[in-house]
Amino acid sequence: MSTATARGANSAPTQRSLPHPHAPIEGDGVETSPKIGDTVAKTTCYMCACRCGIDVHLRDGKVRYINGNKDHPVNRGVLCGKGSAGIMQHYSPARLKKPLLRTGPRGSGEFREIEWDEAMQIATARLDNIRRTDPKKLAFFTGRDQSQSLTGWWASKFGTPNFAAHGGFCSVNMAAGGLYTVGGAFWEFGEPDWENAKYFLLFGVAEDHDSNPIKIGLGKLKSRGAKFVSVNPCRTGYNAIADEWIGIRPGTDGLFVMALIHELLRAGKIDVPYLARYTNASWLVIEDPGAADHGLFLRDGDGKPLAWDKTANAAHPADDAEIAPALAGSYEVNGRRCVPSFHLLAQRYLDKQYAPEAVAERCGVPADTIRRIAAELAHVAFEQAIELPVAWTDTAGRRQETMRGRPIAMHAMRGISAHSNGFHTCRAIHMLQTLLGTVDVPGGWRFKPPFPKPCPPGPKPAGKDGGRPMTPLSGMPLGFVTAPEDLLVDEAGNPVRIDKAYSWEAPLAAHGMMHTVIRNAWKGDPYPIDTLMMYMANMAWNSSMNTSETMAMLTDTDAAGNYKIPYIIYSDAYYSETVAYADLVLPDTTYLERHDCISLLDRPISHADGPGDAIRHPVVQPDRDVRPFQSVLIELGAKLELPGFVNEDGSAKYRDYADYIVNHERMPGIGPLAGWRGENGGASGRGTPNAGQLDRYIENGGFWHHELAPGERYYKMANRAYLDFAVEMGFLPKAEPVVFQLYSEPLQRFRLSAEGHGAVQPPDAERARIRDHFDPLPIWYPPFEQALVDTDAFPLHAITQRPMHMYHSWGSQNAWLRQITSQNRLFVGRPLAASLQLADDDWVWIESVNGRVKGQVRVVDGVEPNTVWTWNAIGKRNGAWGLKEDAGEHNRGFLLNHAIGDLLPPDERGKRYSNSDPVTGQAAWFDLRVRLRKCATADCGLTEPRFERLTPPPNVAPPPDVLSFGAGFKVRHGADAEGVS
Amino acid sequence: MTSLPAATEKSLGLVIDLDTCVGCQACVTSCKEWNTGGHMAPLTDTDPYGGTVDGVWFNRVHTYEHTCGGAGRTVHFPRSCLHCAEPACVTVCPTGASYKRASDGIVLVDEDKCIGCKLCSWACPYGAREFDAIVGVMKKCTLCVDRIYNENLREEDRVPACVAACPTGARHFGDLGDPTSPVSRLVEEREGVALMPELGYRPTNRYLPPRARTERAPSIAAAPLEDVAPDGGFLGWVDRVLSR
Repeated sequence: MSTATARGANSAPTQRSLPHPHAPIEGDGVETSPKIGDTVAKTTCYMCACRCGIDVHLRDGKVRYINGNKDHPVNRGVLCGKGSAGIMQHYSPARLKKPLLRTGPRGSGEFREIEWDEAMQIATARLDNIRRTDPKKLAFFTGRDQSQSLTGWWASKFGTPNFAAHGGFCSVNMAAGGLYTVGGAFWEFGEPDWENAKYFLLFGVAEDHDSNPIKIGLGKLKSRGAKFVSVNPCRTGYNAIADEWIGIRPGTDGLFVMALIHELLRAGKIDVPYLARYTNASWLVIEDPGAADHGLFLRDGDGKPLAWDKTANAAHPADDAEIAPALAGSYEVNGRRCVPSFHLLAQRYLDKQYAPEAVAERCGVPADTIRRIAAELAHVAFEQAIELPVAWTDTAGRRQETMRGRPIAMHAMRGISAHSNGFHTCRAIHMLQTLLGTVDVPGGWRFKPPFPKPCPPGPKPAGKDGGRPMTPLSGMPLGFVTAPEDLLVDEAGNPVRIDKAYSWEAPLAAHGMMHTVIRNAWKGDPYPIDTLMMYMANMAWNSSMNTSETMAMLTDTDAAGNYKIPYIIYSDAYYSETVAYADLVLPDTTYLERHDCISLLDRPISHADGPGDAIRHPVVQPDRDVRPFQSVLIELGAKLELPGFVNEDGSAKYRDYADYIVNHERMPGIGPLAGWRGENGGASGRGTPNAGQLDRYIENGGFWHHELAPGERYYKMANRAYLDFAVEMGFLPKAEPVVFQLYSEPLQRFRLSAEGHGAVQPPDAERARIRDHFDPLPIWYPPFEQALVDTDAFPLHAITQRPMHMYHSWGSQNAWLRQITSQNRLFVGRPLAASLQLADDDWVWIESVNGRVKGQVRVVDGVEPNTVWTWNAIGKRNGAWGLKEDAGEHNRGFLLNHAIGDLLPPDERGKRYSNSDPVTGQAAWFDLRVRLRKCATADCGLTEPRFERLTPPPNVAPPPDVLSFGAGFKVRHGADAEGVS
Repeated sequence: MTSLPAATEKSLGLVIDLDTCVGCQACVTSCKEWNTGGHMAPLTDTDPYGGTVDGVWFNRVHTYEHTCGGAGRTVHFPRSCLHCAEPACVTVCPTGASYKRASDGIVLVDEDKCIGCKLCSWACPYGAREFDAIVGVMKKCTLCVDRIYNENLREEDRVPACVAACPTGARHFGDLGDPTSPVSRLVEEREGVALMPELGYRPTNRYLPPRARTERAPSIAAAPLEDVAPDGGFLGWVDRVLSR
């Protein structure tokens, strides 16, 4: 066994090298110690959004091998199926080579190559004109963007409110549901306590976010014998190794969770002291139906929420730790009747409408199972509580000798998020965690710094005036509204943003609504735009709902023959489906050729034990005329003379992205990277820019990580040492406790506005929708599509799951990953298949109220009986991603998005809303209802709809017929190889 | 035809935990990535971007469902060479290209001697052989013989690529011929199995079976939940809790 201390996730005695790891005498001439590379460069993976540390072994300038960085806090040496196939992504034949200018009709893929100077001139002229006249006519939407603190800041300085990344399509229900409830969220802002949890409850498909930490964690749970319960209609991926799989009906998770809450309340299995200390359970809610402040918190003259102090028999500021707060009862304070918010919560969920037997049928989960799970949760939380021998002091100054924990952890992701009731469902899950006292305690679900933040975090979305010529926005385009006054609507209540985010149709749209942009821009609703600029957003294919119609909108013209969306600028590293729809293409680099920062200002990669950030740096040089998009954006900013991008003399402030990463300060002393700040690199968090910062990152393996002291690692919402640290680092403005908002006052403010109170009220047509969906306590309602379509005609749910070896659309260009899956099937449960006389390989039409798509069947057992599913984004468009004419991806693979509407069916007034959550605007693509129809023999063999093959970009060599990658690395009999293939 | 060593000094192999494997394919691609530039390089892919794509892989994961004790289950099953003690792929080889190392028990192919007759792939009941039609030789898992002793790697990294990459920690490596080795102890503890032992090839690799659902669900001795305050009401109970 190696003498060195074992590092990394796979360091069990059974995973280490041999006791004497040197070649035995065998005499067979095998070279057992070939040279691997000339150098090892440590950077950050980009094969998905997990952002693991990687060691890139380089040989003669070629990538020989990529493995996980053992010191990296995200992946600790392991690397998933995608990351381990990074070589093939880097050398993909679909890589763009040079800027392209459209020559044929939009969508044809006919381009000519141009020089960067010309490309930048075209883009600058176009954008400059927009900025001088009406900056909102630039809609800037990015996709799987890991640089949103730059791209959003650029949009703000340009002066357009029309900016977002793809979070509105992906996961804003999770982010907003968490941030408005506990000041953190699943995935990027929190994680299970894998080391200490005894019970793990996983909701929905989570195989993509995040990748390796969850897998490492599941391995730990298994090795410790913790129980793992998965709640998912499909028994695939992680569900396969769950100790118990609950095959729930899609869109009913909220109901299931509320039934668990019902059971726990009924039995008194809730952590009452925890609720009193860390939540707004004791805050008094005004009970005065019809009044303008009904349902709001009772506050004192300083605006502090009040609680009822049972000792003094009087109302008192709730944040005073000395009081004995009432959580139940009805009190009169200054003539106002009020009740603790917990009283309302308990009344709500103790109602028999949430009893297991009342929800069982809708959830497809037996009432006995719900009761048993609730009993198990109660047992583990209250009979198996744990205690770490670590002293800490809370914000009230109370020192505690140990850290007590209720070892139940939870995680949820897209299966919850992508439903139109996902926001409330996500809040319900956080409520369940909180009632059990499991948020940020040992064994529970933990915050990753810089979270927790106030619920919700402070900044409001900027751009209410719609943007003015040559004027930056007053802040960032995306933020958190807490009242109708914060909405981005005009005086008549009409949306300010092109995507209608932060309008009455989606008030809490914290990530924007990328999925509405193309339709709205095409329709000129609320106004026409001039230019749509996109980055890594494959909106002409898998990043849109209703893909066929979306493609048509991109090419539609007005009576004069002009495109209805006048100009499209697109940046991507690869020939994705969307490239063909651009007028100007700015080719990006691969992830191994660029600088990036994985910033705490953006989407952090911290660990619950401490904050961290990371960089990418070019470990190989591009062999094509391509430039990293962020550097291009910075150059555009300088050419446009955007404030912040130029010096006083008008010269460019930043040479490129690397220069920006080091020298940009968002606030004095706070920049994109937290590590090695200050002149000598001695400061963390705050400090002046350090010219040697990137070198320090590279020396440290590409990342910075600060390990919190043991006493700072839990109870972060009220841990004085942690909160002091958070202030010092600039995470929080003040070291005040983060109080979990089980009862949400911002939601009630919207409800009041719908009921006719306040200065800003919804248009009459929107009142009922706001009133019904802005309940201050989590509610459940049937997913919208289900409620609006004839469910007898469309009796089935259709959803997608994430193959762990593919990330969105990127995997199909990867010669290795596509060998694992180049065609997706429609997975159909055995009883359903029998009733429809379907067998493996049969072709079926998957028909919805929105459209239809054709695919091939695979019969399975492990699926909820009323659900069919397929792998996400395997189906591709012919000609895209460097694939040949006969590739399975576009001949037999299919894209379910063709059957998913971007609009809901008309409601009783004939209005068609976006197919989105009414609170956050999250795209509701898991709400899809379908029926299956077996194809006639003549219809079998090829998927539909089919589209004309895209022309490959100019001067791109056809993909090879044989790939012998690595042949040149081979070493024989001790002789080093010459050259590489 | 090709003879086997009478005994091997070590029996190096893998132990794969089917109770933990989520089927993520990390072992599959990390193996491909290492080995396509390694001892048997390249692991050729044909029609890599077309409709008949195929390639040489030393390790593949199969996913299937089965029913056990009335309950269904999905199993992810990684499959690679088992480095048998009595491998038919070696004894059937007409040229001595397939051989089993006496030192560590690894079954290898000497490409210089391989004539591509494919007898070994017919003989192997586990489907572990991979023919490289472009190069014209048979290829297979080397147990990363060019990693596990590689003096150019840190000692801690001298493990097969699949073991290093596995994100759930479901793969283990060591000397299964030594009953005191950590892997042998793991196999004993978890009642690891050999695949199709009845065929008599005495595979070295072991699989740790998925625990039966009822057994593997750690027993939570949870009593059914009773109403907390059938008389006084829930809200009265809450008040009393905080008063304590």
